[in-house]
Amino acid sequence: MARRPGTGYLGVVVRRGSTRGLDWRLGPAESGLLGHLAYSQRLTVRSRTERNWLGPSPSWAPQADLFSPRSSHSGGKLTLLCDAKTDGSFLVHHFLSFYLKANCKVCFVALIQSFSHYSIVGQKLGVSLTMARERGQLVFLEGLKSAVDVVFQAQKEPHPLQFLREANAGNLKPLFEFVREALKPIDSGEARWTYPVLLVDDLSVLLSLGMGAVAVLDFIHYCRATVCWELKGNMVVLVHDSGDAEDEENDILLNGLSHQSHLILRAEGLATGFCRDVHGQLRILWRRPSQPTVHRDQSFTYQYKIQDKSVSFFAKGMSPAVL
Amino acid sequence: MTPSEGARAGTGRELEMLDSLLALGGLVLLRDSVEWEGRSLLKALVKKSALCGEQVHILGCEVSEEEFREGFDSDINNRLVYHDFFRDPLNWSKTEEAFPGGPLGALRAMCKRTDPVPVTIALDSLSWLLLRLPCTTLCQALHAVSHQDSCPGDSSSVGKVSVLGLLHEELHGPGPVGALSSLAQTEVTLGGTTGQASAHILCRRPRQRPTDQTQWFSILPDFSLDLQEGLSVESQPYSDPHIPPVDPTTHLTFNLHLSKKEREARDSLILPFQFSSEKQQALLRPRPGQATSHIFYEPDAYDDLDQEDPDDDLDI
Repeated sequence: MARRPGTGYLGVVVRRGSTRGLDWRLGPAESGLLGHLAYSQRLTVRSRTERNWLGPSPSWAPQADLFSPRSSHSGGKLTLLCDAKTDGSFLVHHFLSFYLKANCKVCFVALIQSFSHYSIVGQKLGVSLTMARERGQLVFLEGLKSAVDVVFQAQKEPHPLQFLREANAGNLKPLFEFVREALKPIDSGEARWTYPVLLVDDLSVLLSLGMGAVAVLDFIHYCRATVCWELKGNMVVLVHDSGDAEDEENDILLNGLSHQSHLILRAEGLATGFCRDVHGQLRILWRRPSQPTVHRDQSFTYQYKIQDKSVSFFAKGMSPAVL
Repeated sequence: MTPSEGARAGTGRELEMLDSLLALGGLVLLRDSVEWEGRSLLKALVKKSALCGEQVHILGCEVSEEEFREGFDSDINNRLVYHDFFRDPLNWSKTEEAFPGGPLGALRAMCKRTDPVPVTIALDSLSWLLLRLPCTTLCQALHAVSHQDSCPGDSSSVGKVSVLGLLHEELHGPGPVGALSSLAQTEVTLGGTTGQASAHILCRRPRQRPTDQTQWFSILPDFSLDLQEGLSVESQPYSDPHIPPVDPTTHLTFNLHLSKKEREARDSLILPFQFSSEKQQALLRPRPGQATSHIFYEPDAYDDLDQEDPDDDLDI
């Protein structure tokens, strides 16, 4: 059981076991392991330190075809974050601050925490959510506050969380319309933002609120059709893995999304239990749902420790606390 | 060289696997999982069918048309008839662009064709349909589509139909998967070890025993198949040539074989509880040994020899 990270982090420190002396301390979250992953999602974020990090070491050099910014499939990517026996929300905070810094238009469907929570963590990461919302870069759906509005006040037009009012809500169409409206390109002539991004935290709570797994999959299907295919943006969604809890609907949702995603980041607690120095391990699986891969070894596992403003990653067993 | 000839000029073993999957017709079920995705094999089969000159229809529900057509050259892309159900499958945009009746309607419409050209229908994916349609409806539609050519009346007019269905195993329970696999003529389960993909192929030919084999393969970027000698091509174990085979029937403490005399003696033996006429006569005839055994009984004082009232409690 990993410690619940109450704080965020600024950058990512990558430490390789064999080159312990070389501490590739990287600057803002553009670089680093997670930025490395986001680089694969075709965002043209450049920094001096990033080029150094993607440098000469062959064991860490990414395969060129995966990380080429001119990937043959010109469309957005779906990244699936899942956590099992630990809290994977640090990944959500990372991706939120990453995309805001990369000047993308972000639609954040936040069903779990309040705006101030994400704002406080964002400040540690170097982004101001309030300012982003004011200048129109961030469209924030605060689930907790809106739920109260929807239930206790009569709404004239359909509210994104309309399903909370209805006894037999079949689908999440109002929520999809909200997302589409938020991310649709403004015809003002100038392209202020680079790509649209949809972030959802998290989808498992929709199951708890009474939606069926197929309804949630339909919602994600339509979001994929609009955000990834039509607008060429990216999507990042978080789903909890119930593990031993035998939740069939959650398993259908998780497996259904896994089949559609291009990148799966799975934060797991350590099998041996809680540890002060290693908070968990992160498994990274690259998938290409319709391209044949020559090598199937597209999966990496790293262990991590969450600190106040950073997350350090290291190879399994290479934590500085145990070496 | 026409494309169909070029397709046949490939390596014999490569054609064997794809040919065997397409030759039977009917429903070919491709079962994949998150680690071993099956869409590339589906696309390889689609490419093979297109090159063989068949009419290919694709019901695309899970990926966009561009993503599906990616990797095919224009020659093949021109032969594919793509029914797009990715953009608006549930008609949320209310524009009625989509085929009325959705994917199921499109599938049923394919039952009504009458031309003799062989047809391949690729369902991408069957899981998508199975999650949203009742299993019985889907199975009935699949049966109707894949068995068009086996109607006794019009077998000459309708060409062979192959239905390729991509099924994600983890999404469904054993019931629906079992129902679909009983409908399928061929089932391909994808798996593998690190770095190497394998396909476990189960073929059910009519009036023959089902055959299964495991084939190691990899798919090249142009969606042709590269077969490999993996860990085991067939499921039979082969004997190690260094150890001589030992005959286990030597040095037994019991008899495994009967000699001729022993066999005759065994056949002529009458079983003890078999009631034959000799036995009947033997029972009816008074036995000579009967007089040798007597039972002497001295009745007690309170012993009642009345058979009708042994407990002596009837008050007559």
